[in-house]
Amino acid sequence: MLLSMQGISKAFAGVAALRSASLEVGRAEVMALVGQNGAGKSTLIKILTGVYRRDEGTIALDGREVDFAMPAESQAAGIATIYQEINLAPQRSVAENIYLSREPRRFGMIDHAAMRRGAEAVLATFNLAIDVDRPVARFDAATRQMVAIARAVTQNARLVIMDEPTSSLDEREVAVLFETIRTLKRSGVSVIFIGHRLDELYAICDRVTIMRDGQTVAKSAMADMSKMDLVRHMLGKELAAFQAMAADGATSDRPVRLAVEKAGAGVRVRDVSLTVREGEISGLAGLLGSGRTETARLIFGADRMERGTIRMDGKARDYREPAAAIADGIGLVSEDRKVDGIVPDMSIRENMTLALLPKLRKAGIVDRARQDEIVARYIRALGIKCASPDQPIKELSGGNQQKVLLARWLATDPRVLIVDEPTRGIDIGAKSEILKLLRGLADEGLSVLMISSELEELLAAADRVTVLSDGSSVAEIARKDLSEAALLAAMAHQMPQGETA
Amino acid sequence: MTTIETPASRSGPFSGGRLFTLAGRYGTFVAFLALILFNVIVTPNFLSLQTLNVNLTQVATIVIVATGMTLVIATGGIDLSVGSLMAISGALAPMIFMGRFWPVENMALAVALAFVIPVVVAGLFGLFNGALVTRFSIQPIIATLVLFIAGRGIAQVMTNGNLQVFKNEGFQFIAMGRIAGIPAQVVLMAVIVALAWAMVRYTVIGRQIIAVGGNEKAARLTGIPVKRVKLFVYMVSGLLAGVAGLVVVARNAASDANLVGLGMELDAIAAVAVGGTLLTGGRANIIGTVLGAFVIQLVRYTLLANGVPDAAALVVKAALIVLAVFIQQRADKH
Amino acid sequence: MQAILRPFAIKSSGDIARLGVILALLGLILFGALRYDYFLSPYNILSFLRYNSMFALIALGMAFVIITGGIDLSVGGTAAMASVVAALLSPHHWAAGLLGGMAAGLAVGAVNGFIITKMRIQPFIATLATMLAAYGTGLLLAGNQSVSVSYDSGFTVIGQDDFLGFPIPAWIALAAYVAGWLVLEKLPIGRHILAIGDGEATAGLMGLKVERTLAGVYLASGALAGLAGVVLAAQFGAGQPTEGVGWELFAIASVVVGGTLLTGGAGSVGATLAGALLLAMVFNILNFENGLGWISLSAYWQSVIRGAFLLVVVVLQAKLMKKHEGA
Repeated sequence: MLLSMQGISKAFAGVAALRSASLEVGRAEVMALVGQNGAGKSTLIKILTGVYRRDEGTIALDGREVDFAMPAESQAAGIATIYQEINLAPQRSVAENIYLSREPRRFGMIDHAAMRRGAEAVLATFNLAIDVDRPVARFDAATRQMVAIARAVTQNARLVIMDEPTSSLDEREVAVLFETIRTLKRSGVSVIFIGHRLDELYAICDRVTIMRDGQTVAKSAMADMSKMDLVRHMLGKELAAFQAMAADGATSDRPVRLAVEKAGAGVRVRDVSLTVREGEISGLAGLLGSGRTETARLIFGADRMERGTIRMDGKARDYREPAAAIADGIGLVSEDRKVDGIVPDMSIRENMTLALLPKLRKAGIVDRARQDEIVARYIRALGIKCASPDQPIKELSGGNQQKVLLARWLATDPRVLIVDEPTRGIDIGAKSEILKLLRGLADEGLSVLMISSELEELLAAADRVTVLSDGSSVAEIARKDLSEAALLAAMAHQMPQGETA
Repeated sequence: MTTIETPASRSGPFSGGRLFTLAGRYGTFVAFLALILFNVIVTPNFLSLQTLNVNLTQVATIVIVATGMTLVIATGGIDLSVGSLMAISGALAPMIFMGRFWPVENMALAVALAFVIPVVVAGLFGLFNGALVTRFSIQPIIATLVLFIAGRGIAQVMTNGNLQVFKNEGFQFIAMGRIAGIPAQVVLMAVIVALAWAMVRYTVIGRQIIAVGGNEKAARLTGIPVKRVKLFVYMVSGLLAGVAGLVVVARNAASDANLVGLGMELDAIAAVAVGGTLLTGGRANIIGTVLGAFVIQLVRYTLLANGVPDAAALVVKAALIVLAVFIQQRADKH
Repeated sequence: MQAILRPFAIKSSGDIARLGVILALLGLILFGALRYDYFLSPYNILSFLRYNSMFALIALGMAFVIITGGIDLSVGGTAAMASVVAALLSPHHWAAGLLGGMAAGLAVGAVNGFIITKMRIQPFIATLATMLAAYGTGLLLAGNQSVSVSYDSGFTVIGQDDFLGFPIPAWIALAAYVAGWLVLEKLPIGRHILAIGDGEATAGLMGLKVERTLAGVYLASGALAGLAGVVLAAQFGAGQPTEGVGWELFAIASVVVGGTLLTGGAGSVGATLAGALLLAMVFNILNFENGLGWISLSAYWQSVIRGAFLLVVVVLQAKLMKKHEGA
């Protein structure tokens, strides 16, 4: 046994985050660590790496008890973490990043030649031949990740923690990563693999540890645990698949409200065509990097469209700025709430009415009475849980923030609402609530374009799904033909070629 | 979605709870009251109209400039050019009513133009700052550094570095005049502050300024014209610097392009910082800025009135800035 | 072959900008040499170097600070205070003046480092405050007037004499730049400084001692500003508590013209020197141009031209960045 964490407890401001959790990792073993948001995975890992101190419990590495007070100590002990946002210095070269803080020296000065040779050698073990003098920012996400792993290897890491390592990789890159993990295994390194995509877990992990509500609820060899069981352990209840929420009748006879024809910009969006009809939820599926979010941004005028046309109600439109799209009745709930959505320090009231401001204007002054009335209405209608509309939005939970952002657009009375991963980072209860809400709005005539990477979500709610692959729309699947198999087949239609710098 | 976030907020060796929150919210105000109380007890003749006048007139130009600075900082920017723009406006005004550009036939008209043209010119320079920031995405500190350096040079070139001495009651009313017994510059300051405060609190543009500073990307995606908002705040900052330049030269009855507004950018930023508007943007505390300027002014006055040299007041001012920002940041974390 | 060419390989937009400033400097020198008879005269070159060494010293410290993503507004005030300290100590021994001035600079740097790394206050605000404090302290020590240095202890040699035909201030600046280049390009600490500018949190996770390194950089900036103050006092024979106003912003301009990004994480010592010399040469050329008699531009034009110069550089840089990002 390489690592053994037993009886770990941790509380933040009196709230228990971990309750006697445990985690064991064997030598040369890939351990899957899974659990929902808030299950305690990150807290457990942070305690292991010395970011947090534990309240109770023991950690043993190689049978010896350890107590890391800061990340540097755990690194020295051979624990390396590959974070989700890859932690490298982007403007420094590949070689420098691999050796940063442990540069090979000659007479006190950096031995650049030795550093270059070493970097090339270690990358060669992963079958990667790149110019190690180029800044890492010039390489794609998969290569950067490989550099981070190479750094860990040169640090003589015995345990590599990977936090959702595949979240920004395409299929081909994932394959390369898995090969790297196998290489690590062969050389006796253990890996903790935090991930959510079940297929990937089954493909690469030997064993699995499942956490829920701050506790370790199951440990098993991967092969002995069925997918259903794994999900059941994670959720703690029978997997109640989203009930089908699509419209009763077919929507194909309704008028087209938004039509995108052969849209393209740069390399991320090559040739996308899709339609959204009145009163339907049109799904947009595709693997990561297939150009879903980029397509949404083109429609919304957030990025410039280089090719193709957009029609609203049959009329060609060219939105140069989001403001123009908004004026035309389009709203966009973006994927990354923190970066593109909320203004953290502003109140719920102001966040909710930000897009509506021009309409609340009376001689330049905000009509406060109407503003309060609208905010109160949506807080009630969407069931937003908050102390008061004056509360800063950053204090709300993810699900409630998402509702405020939905309300931001609903308040503008849009004709088309684009929602990009509307349930990302939201607990399961709030998820189905938000889907129901979208369904209800569509039934009242709103056209919804729903981008989602969760197949169940599309299966449950979409009236139609357009599938993107490598920046092009490759299939449109009608409600009656919609199934997991059909979606997967369409997505696999054409594997992304993958861009490398 | 698991996110093992990078440990962003390394907590420093200092921490505290409610105390910092309270101090952050009311600290500047309490300091202001404490200074007044201290002076009432210690400084002779503090409670006199003259003391009030001296302090108000000394603080007026800083408050005017700092008001514009607060708006710029609220968008996450900064304006280093204000002092130089004051010099330009201060150089232009006397040249206009002294007939350097064209012969003065009607003094009333010339004085009116001497009020309007310099302010407009300063506003245009402000727009220029805004254009650098928005069109070329140049960091505000660098974009406004251009006019910080070149602006004073422009004023010096216009006047050839000469001191312009004048006596013009009409023009000097802006500084020396009295409205209902109150110095005109103080009235001007109050009006500007009131307008800015109302703008932040009640208007659409006020909300948009805060939103742009709070999360620029999100602001753009809600249809806020981010570039126009930024252009607007830099223009306002320029306009207000122009007004302050007029007040300074009117007060001195002389315009020296080498000196007008020298170091004003730092005084204004200090007032904003002490007043509780964080330099990271997303907030605009106009009243706080006014209090900040008053506190800085009162500290200096207190020290001077009690025989401490002006130089020492600089050191105290430095400590005050650090302390105020420190408390503010602490309070923000709780 | 590839190995030989490696140092010249252009790998980022910053490299282009830095190459550009060096070419621009060479172009300006060529322009001056062709146009004015005495431009390359020993007198002009030596007095140019003597006077501008102070600014070069300050720009070097500023470059390091900016590479970490910070800023140091206190350098002008620090130089003024250091010049006073140096002048006050110069009667005892020339070394007392030199070391005293540098110690004054180190002290300000230490305070900056403490406020920034321990109190976690933004460098802009922290150094704005210490700038005021440094001026205040300088004025207090000097009694609000300039302090004459001692001419007996040999202190003025530091500013006024030559060594091997070149002004001593120029030697000092040269030594500082060579040391700076070694640190940034050859020593591990230089890579760490760059990596910290690339992202503090990341650098910390990669095991770098972020706070200590940052504090060190501000110390170095303070020391260099102190050294500039010593040169100032020695050169002009007096500690000048009111000198140095606006130096920090000219230093920032030099660094920016030298292609160092204000966002941190990239920069070069050589290009910083080129940037400082470039801005200084504007003034020199202006003098010569006036001497030709074709035009008569007052000295005041220099700030206008410097400003215009900065404008051109930052706009070009911005365009370059955009093009690069777009690619």
